[in-house]
Amino acid sequence: MSRRTALEASHAVAEAVRMADVDVIAAYPITPQTHIPERLAEMVADGELTAAYIPVESEHSALSTCLGSVAVGARTFTATAGQGLELMHEVVYVASSMRYPVVMAVCNRALSAPLSVWGDHSDAMAVRDTSWIQVFCQNGQEAFDLTLWAFRVGEDSKVLFPVMVHLDGFTLSHVTEPVILPEQSEVDRFLPIFQYPFALNPDKPMTHGAFGPPEIYSETKLAQEVAFRNSKEVILRGWKEFGDIFGRYYHPVEEYKTGNAETLLLTMGAYTETAKIVIDERRDKGEAIGLISLRLWRPFPFEEFRRTVKGAKLLIAFDRCVSFGMGGPVFSEIRSALYDEEPRPKVVSIIGGLGGRDMSEEDFDYVIDRGKEIAKKGPDRMLETVGIR
Amino acid sequence: MAEELTWKDLEVGNIITEAGNASFRKTGDWRTERPILDKEKCIKCALCWMYCPDAAIKPSEEGYYEADLHYCKGCGICASICPAEAIKMIEEEEK
Amino acid sequence: MATKTVKLGEELVTTKEFLAEGHSFCIGCGEALAIRLAMKALGENVILAMATGCDEVTTTPLPYTSWRVPWMHTLFENTSAEISGVEAGLKILVKKGKTPERDIICVAMGGDGATSDIGLQSISGAFERGHDFIYICLDNEAYMNTGIQRSSATPYGASTTTAPAGKFSMGQVTRKKNMAAIAAAHNIPYVATACPSYHLDLMKKVRKGAEIKGPAYVHIFSPCPTGWRYKSDLAITIGQLAVQTGIFPLYEIEYGRYRLNADPPELKPIEEYLKLQGRYRHLTGEQIQEIQQMVNEDYAKLKEKVAAFPL
Repeated sequence: MSRRTALEASHAVAEAVRMADVDVIAAYPITPQTHIPERLAEMVADGELTAAYIPVESEHSALSTCLGSVAVGARTFTATAGQGLELMHEVVYVASSMRYPVVMAVCNRALSAPLSVWGDHSDAMAVRDTSWIQVFCQNGQEAFDLTLWAFRVGEDSKVLFPVMVHLDGFTLSHVTEPVILPEQSEVDRFLPIFQYPFALNPDKPMTHGAFGPPEIYSETKLAQEVAFRNSKEVILRGWKEFGDIFGRYYHPVEEYKTGNAETLLLTMGAYTETAKIVIDERRDKGEAIGLISLRLWRPFPFEEFRRTVKGAKLLIAFDRCVSFGMGGPVFSEIRSALYDEEPRPKVVSIIGGLGGRDMSEEDFDYVIDRGKEIAKKGPDRMLETVGIR
Repeated sequence: MAEELTWKDLEVGNIITEAGNASFRKTGDWRTERPILDKEKCIKCALCWMYCPDAAIKPSEEGYYEADLHYCKGCGICASICPAEAIKMIEEEEK
Repeated sequence: MATKTVKLGEELVTTKEFLAEGHSFCIGCGEALAIRLAMKALGENVILAMATGCDEVTTTPLPYTSWRVPWMHTLFENTSAEISGVEAGLKILVKKGKTPERDIICVAMGGDGATSDIGLQSISGAFERGHDFIYICLDNEAYMNTGIQRSSATPYGASTTTAPAGKFSMGQVTRKKNMAAIAAAHNIPYVATACPSYHLDLMKKVRKGAEIKGPAYVHIFSPCPTGWRYKSDLAITIGQLAVQTGIFPLYEIEYGRYRLNADPPELKPIEEYLKLQGRYRHLTGEQIQEIQQMVNEDYAKLKEKVAAFPL
């Protein structure tokens, strides 16, 4: 019998890791991720989870240790945030190009300098190109569900890519929410045992990580991109299977009241739930407005995204990150994704919610109104922002 | 050769499943000198075999240790350490 | 009929080559020999994690590999972290019944750069956590793979490309970092120095480090003809002189207790060792004297430790 309980989102992630019967956890504490490794260490200490908890001495070593454990076929998990994700940056690329399916929760945190332990998406945006399957969570249930799903997809023999599960630092990681926890038997039905096809073993010696001379490097990258894009099939199948067993279906692009919407607001992550309240209020007043959110960030859901925005005249992209000298990163990508579409909505960018700055309903009201203004009269300043003095 | 492979020929993660497949590379063509063994002097101590960085010296049927010219790079370590001075390095012949 | 072992002294050494012929180590490379010897001591039931460096690039140009054992390479400074994951992964899979129990030696290998510079953090972490593995440092005393740049293992007075001898410089002005002492400071079960010129001693130490439970560190002197600038046939001679002059003593430390494996009644003058190598060619008589003094001091200090904390 599944049960509904109150869990801090970090603990929901830990619970998913426990139910997935992870073998190895190697993590380095960093605000606001700390509750995840702490809870996992507690579970191991109390025998709730049989796993090797390796208290590594840095994030670079955390992900490196994960590479070693996957290489011998162990189901592996880690978590980090902000500076930690930056410190392991080179290892992030290696994990995916060596096709090691680690699952990593990232409690999205602003990047230094100045030092900020609070949330925004700059850490996530800095790893856009790294060939990890990436999803964004909006609430505690999704934090649990998507972590579980991540193992199913990443470890699939047709995929073998690592997966990042993004949760907004503090605004999601530290809030207690109602979470429906499934039965262990349901989880076992959904998630097969990890069988890594290239496990290091003296009986069949293999070489992992040969270097790539110019005669072959390009071919390795083409092969990687093809495999990465093709992982979409298993991503979708994984969500279908998830829904069939647990009753909750996820899609690459979440659509909220988008029917006949002339204006669409695009948000990512936990702030989406606040934005939805504003959409409700405006819809009640008769405004043809809706919201979309990219649940699947990588591989980019081109098909679903283009289909979703087809009828809209205006798309307002809200970014929790500045790509310096360029603008909102999500904005840039979605505009590029729509360039060849006929017809396509006007796309405008507003940036806010940096370094833990909260977004109220009024703030989202402003974003929508200002977005419409920019669409009509054009931008009149270098950077359109909300809530920045 | 690497240039003949296409992106489809690569294993997942570029993992190499055939152990030791680099042994087709005949590094013997690096040589400018080659070792010559005087079997009369040889005491079969096996030190030349032990100290060859390229594992190019192999035990032979009669109990001697002789350089496999496919791999011998001609470093001369074997000649320099042979306690019986049974190995001499000579110029690689022009072919 | 292929012989399975070769008798050297009292030892039977396998004829199996775990590092296949046809690698692209330089002609006369001491590191290649060190690895070949270490592998014979380790056998085939290993998982080897290797750092970026000479040994990695000469043995694994995609799509070819010289390795006949399970082998992995990810980055330069994380080999100890990587092997920690291998070790813990294997242990937990056995504990959870997901894989049958078997003896697999977890081995990490890296050059002096990967060990005492960029990789110092991860090796310290792995030692502190007490993983059951052996770390083998192939010390050719500079970042050789990238072009002979100085490392913290480059000895005083040696010329490298980033600390070159010049009009206003005598080359390396710092003293070689004592990585064995750093390893021993972590209170690990076994630390040893080794040299390919003393092949049986090297293989014994590697085997000991592999068999001991917990972290083991073996630091192997690896003469480099390209970087040290000597004739390609001198690796063994140079290794012997390194030990006989006392600049690279052979010793073991077990839980802080010392054993000196070779203690010549009189150390040979350091000049005999230095004069064979182009990297020391620029040294004046005075500077050589200075180095002699340093060698004498360091050797005396080592002997004090051996006397104070004998095994």
